Amino acid sequence: MADKIATREAYGNALAEFGAKYDIVVLDADLSEATKTCVFKKQFPDRFFDCGIAEGNMMAVAAGIAATGKIPFASSFAMFAAGRAFEQIRNSIGYPHLNVKIGATHAGISVGEDGATHQCNEDIALMRTIPGMTVISPADGTEARAAVEAAILHDGPVYLRFGRYAVPYLYDESTYKFELGRGIKLAEGSDVTIVATGLMVHLALEAKELLKAEGISAEVINIHTIKPLDTELLAASASKTGAVVTAEEHNVIGGLGGAVCEALAGICPVPVLRVGVEDTFGRSGKVPALLELYGLTAANIAAKAKAAVSMKRK
Amino acid sequence: MEQAKLALLTEKAREIRLGAVKAVYSAASGHPGGSLSIADILSYLYFSEMNVDPKDPKKADRDRLVLSKGHTAPALYAALAARGYFEKELLSTFRQADSILQGHPDMKHIPGVDMTTGSLGLGFSAANGMALSAKISGDSYRVYAILGDGETEEGQIWEAAMFGAHYKLDNLMAFVDFNGLQIDGKITEVMNPTPLDEKFAAFGWNVLTIDAHDFDQIEAACRAARECKGKPTAVIAKSIKGRGVSFMENEVGWHGKAPNKEQYEKAVAELSV
Repeated sequence: MADKIATREAYGNALAEFGAKYDIVVLDADLSEATKTCVFKKQFPDRFFDCGIAEGNMMAVAAGIAATGKIPFASSFAMFAAGRAFEQIRNSIGYPHLNVKIGATHAGISVGEDGATHQCNEDIALMRTIPGMTVISPADGTEARAAVEAAILHDGPVYLRFGRYAVPYLYDESTYKFELGRGIKLAEGSDVTIVATGLMVHLALEAKELLKAEGISAEVINIHTIKPLDTELLAASASKTGAVVTAEEHNVIGGLGGAVCEALAGICPVPVLRVGVEDTFGRSGKVPALLELYGLTAANIAAKAKAAVSMKRK
Repeated sequence: MEQAKLALLTEKAREIRLGAVKAVYSAASGHPGGSLSIADILSYLYFSEMNVDPKDPKKADRDRLVLSKGHTAPALYAALAARGYFEKELLSTFRQADSILQGHPDMKHIPGVDMTTGSLGLGFSAANGMALSAKISGDSYRVYAILGDGETEEGQIWEAAMFGAHYKLDNLMAFVDFNGLQIDGKITEVMNPTPLDEKFAAFGWNVLTIDAHDFDQIEAACRAARECKGKPTAVIAKSIKGRGVSFMENEVGWHGKAPNKEQYEKAVAELSV
């Protein structure tokens, strides 16, 4: 097994794998080579339907398919799924709570060279405000695969957020267990809690090491399900450490950071600092350069963690 | 058409019109004009054409109807009540906070509603999805959609039209309620979507044009749609907005306005035999 894989790649593989086990239908909007639904298409051509470059229609077609009892996966880039087709998702899928799975790839800044029009840093915010919508953002290939099966087994609309850029494997498929709505504590710590999602999870683990060298003990939590949020785990950790840093490849407004602040403000108010795209648009560039440019780094997580620790009530 | 059948369909269309006007009057809100223009099509679909069972509204092999022009829910609800999905008395609770009868069709709570609609353009796509689903699993049910003529100004209608022709959804039939009026005025003056027959034909559909208030023509169109293989059918159904209530006919002001007590009583008198 390679030591790295893009979660979109794991998504395509998972669709093909689970296509043999479950009666799923896969839709795409002329991006199957990029979203990797082409892997499913190759194996199950009679259950794959290209909708052309018409994402709004695709989402409502998916709603119609779900209304007849099948489980459709509607795939496109996050920008055109959550962004372009927001209202179709809200009114035709969310409101009637139909069993549609939205496979949104190329989320966040790590789209890279295509630049701002294709870098969706708003999708978590958009999707989690839809009542009844489950929002999942896997951290690695293993988690992405498991999330696809969990989405199939969950009755209701699910938004799955995948990345274009290869990320290291964090989990072993033979031991990994995905529980919808349950965060995963990756490391115990006592001074600060780092809550991360998606591509930022492995950087959070790096940040923990940086902090350790400075004598700060960080707890690391992977939140793969942003909605419903594991508030129990978050509150328990926050009350123990007294300070929180969130990390996501998304606008600092409305995403994981927003969700964590909303949750903790009511049940365990502690300082929360957010690492993410600072309310700005992206730009073209190589992914490592962009992650550096927008502060999506282990060093920035560690710096924010130190700042959060210093804000704790003495 | 046999006299007995014609009499039944005429009577049911009258019931639908009465129920729709009653619902809008009770709510003091809603859309009577476009409800009255589709009453005859709904009567034909629910009392002749569609394989449905009010006692088993979710049965898997039923034919489906998507009211893509969801604002004319009063007519759909009145048709469902007439067909026996729920009590007619419920119509007077339309749009009330304690009623299941939402301002626009809600499939989660209203027996007989096959798709949640209201935001224009979305329902037609969903109808395409249902028809595709039947093709995937080899089911024999048919899918019917009712679109507004103004609704065809939505770009998504044409995305869906492309899709239906591309996947040869000959189990899909769409009526365009061509009453010529939308909220801001005549469709040809607000944003002209015509010629709709040529547009649907250019998108690869089997196209028919009928009088929306003539049951023989509705029947012939449904038969032609069933017989047409390899293409979905679009029916440009030329209608009169407000049909059946003299002072509402062809008056754009009755698109989304409720009658007062006096107007309601006049409407009821005209619709009563």
